[in-house]
Amino acid sequence: MTIAARNVGWSAGGRMVLDGVTLEAAPGQVLGLIGPNGSGKSSLLRLLAGLRRVASGVVTLDGRNIDRCPRGALARRVAMVEQQAATEAPVTVLDVVRLGRVPHRGLFSSWNAPDGALVDQVLCHVGLHALRHRLWHTLSGGERQRAQIARALAQHPQELLLDEPTNHLDVQHQLEILALIRRLPVTTVVALHDLNLAAMFCDNLVLLQNGRVRTAGAPADVLTRQRLLEVFGVSAHLGISPHHGRLHIQFLPPQPR
Amino acid sequence: MDPAARIGSRQAAGFNLIGVAAIVLLLGITVAVSVGEMSIPIGTSLQVMSNRLLGTGYEVGRIQDGIIWEYRLSRALFAAVLGAGLAVTGAVLQTLLRNPLAEPYVLGLSAGASSGAVAIAILGLGAGAISLSGGAFIGALLALAVVAALASASGGSAERVILAGIVVSQLFNAVTSYIVATAANAEQARGVMFWLLGNLSGVRWTDLALAAPVVLVACGMCLLHARALDAFAFGPDAAMALGIRIARVRAVLFGCTAAMVAVLVSITGTVGFIGLVVPHAARFLAGPGHARLLPATIMLGAILTVVADILSRILVPQQTLPIGVVTALFGAPAFAAILCRARRAS
Repeated sequence: MTIAARNVGWSAGGRMVLDGVTLEAAPGQVLGLIGPNGSGKSSLLRLLAGLRRVASGVVTLDGRNIDRCPRGALARRVAMVEQQAATEAPVTVLDVVRLGRVPHRGLFSSWNAPDGALVDQVLCHVGLHALRHRLWHTLSGGERQRAQIARALAQHPQELLLDEPTNHLDVQHQLEILALIRRLPVTTVVALHDLNLAAMFCDNLVLLQNGRVRTAGAPADVLTRQRLLEVFGVSAHLGISPHHGRLHIQFLPPQPR
Repeated sequence: MDPAARIGSRQAAGFNLIGVAAIVLLLGITVAVSVGEMSIPIGTSLQVMSNRLLGTGYEVGRIQDGIIWEYRLSRALFAAVLGAGLAVTGAVLQTLLRNPLAEPYVLGLSAGASSGAVAIAILGLGAGAISLSGGAFIGALLALAVVAALASASGGSAERVILAGIVVSQLFNAVTSYIVATAANAEQARGVMFWLLGNLSGVRWTDLALAAPVVLVACGMCLLHARALDAFAFGPDAAMALGIRIARVRAVLFGCTAAMVAVLVSITGTVGFIGLVVPHAARFLAGPGHARLLPATIMLGAILTVVADILSRILVPQQTLPIGVVTALFGAPAFAAILCRARRAS
């Protein structure tokens, strides 16, 4: 048992964003959320993180309604990396990553050595240890993204929710971050645009279209030629890669009309 | 050095800094009670304070004793309390509203206080039953209530709160100007002007007894929420994801700081720039972490306001400037310098 959504609906500005979405992440699994722009991936992640209240249905953590979980306990269990983090404060990478320890510290407890060791460790994981004293606003987009991922890992979560974590990352860091997430003993729900990365690193995929689950299952079952055409409007050639043994999609240029 | 020792030494450095700041503040207060129309030797000032506070029996003149105890000490201590309160409010609002230009009066408190004060002083509202300060306090709370209602009706995001504050400030400022323009004689207009610019003359022990506990409690609440404020660096959603109960934190901190500023503004009028500049200066000294930033802001605000009060009494011979004029005269260039330094650093 871990994080799950049952028949979840949510609307914003009078528009139905999510409608009857049901999904469950198996423990330790990497569950990929895919779908075109505006299909509701980010909104779904926010509902799973308890940052927004569902309009209908229920989000559960170990079978318990997430609305009834105390905020602090939730933050010790579930960590979230949103798409664009921005701040005006003159914080360093280290300051940002240390925020991950906020839910674990009491009101008066001071910073201790295990906290520091964990922060050092996650900084190494995302390859930012050398940059830990750099100011946030001097970082590149990819470095910021990795700092936020390190912050989420410093929360020491059992469930990790990531919204487009590979945005802004160069190809090396895309592969490294996803490989790291796969190695971690946490349950991960990750929204991804890159379908090849999704096929390569996710155990299961949920395909969203217009706020509904179009289909869910193993990457090879979800990603078919017909669905790519119907949902994304693209033609593609699909096959199992002889190099990594997983589904690989070669997109074809649009046909001139 | 191992991490624990490093943290320990940093905490020690922080405490040392606060200790140094406290000594500077005491020195400032000592100077503040010595200067003025009748200048009193610092040694005599110390003897008076020692007599009064520690029960010693030094021989000092009754006039000197009276001036220091009845007028100058309460005023200097009030300046410290005023500066601490305004500065910590600025720091907290800059973080909560995610805007480096936020300052204590951004929620309409000073505009409301001004309207309340002129309604009492010029229109004679309340028929003498309400003091000028009382009227200012009621006006401040009224403006705050309108800002809160407007902000929550429009969605409650940080930008909306600031816009609501601007709109309500403009409205109340217009009311103030209208009353002054239509109803005041020259004498009243001058008196109101003096108050509007921020003025510490006439501050007595009763004012300090009113303001100090409020500022003490509010500063304490802000310090208790230092870590929660850190979590707001990336916005309210990110804070929520770190386990912060943002609605409660906002309610507590907006409430505490608003109560504090309402009390302060009703006694002294609007003292600008302290709440805007001091937090930025403190960030240079103490960094962005609120557990260090807030104490630094409190001490720096207190020290600079005491110094500003001294300057307001010695800049022009035989005359006391409103303290708000001094804080603006020195605060604006200081802010410009901080901006330029920030640009070079980035």
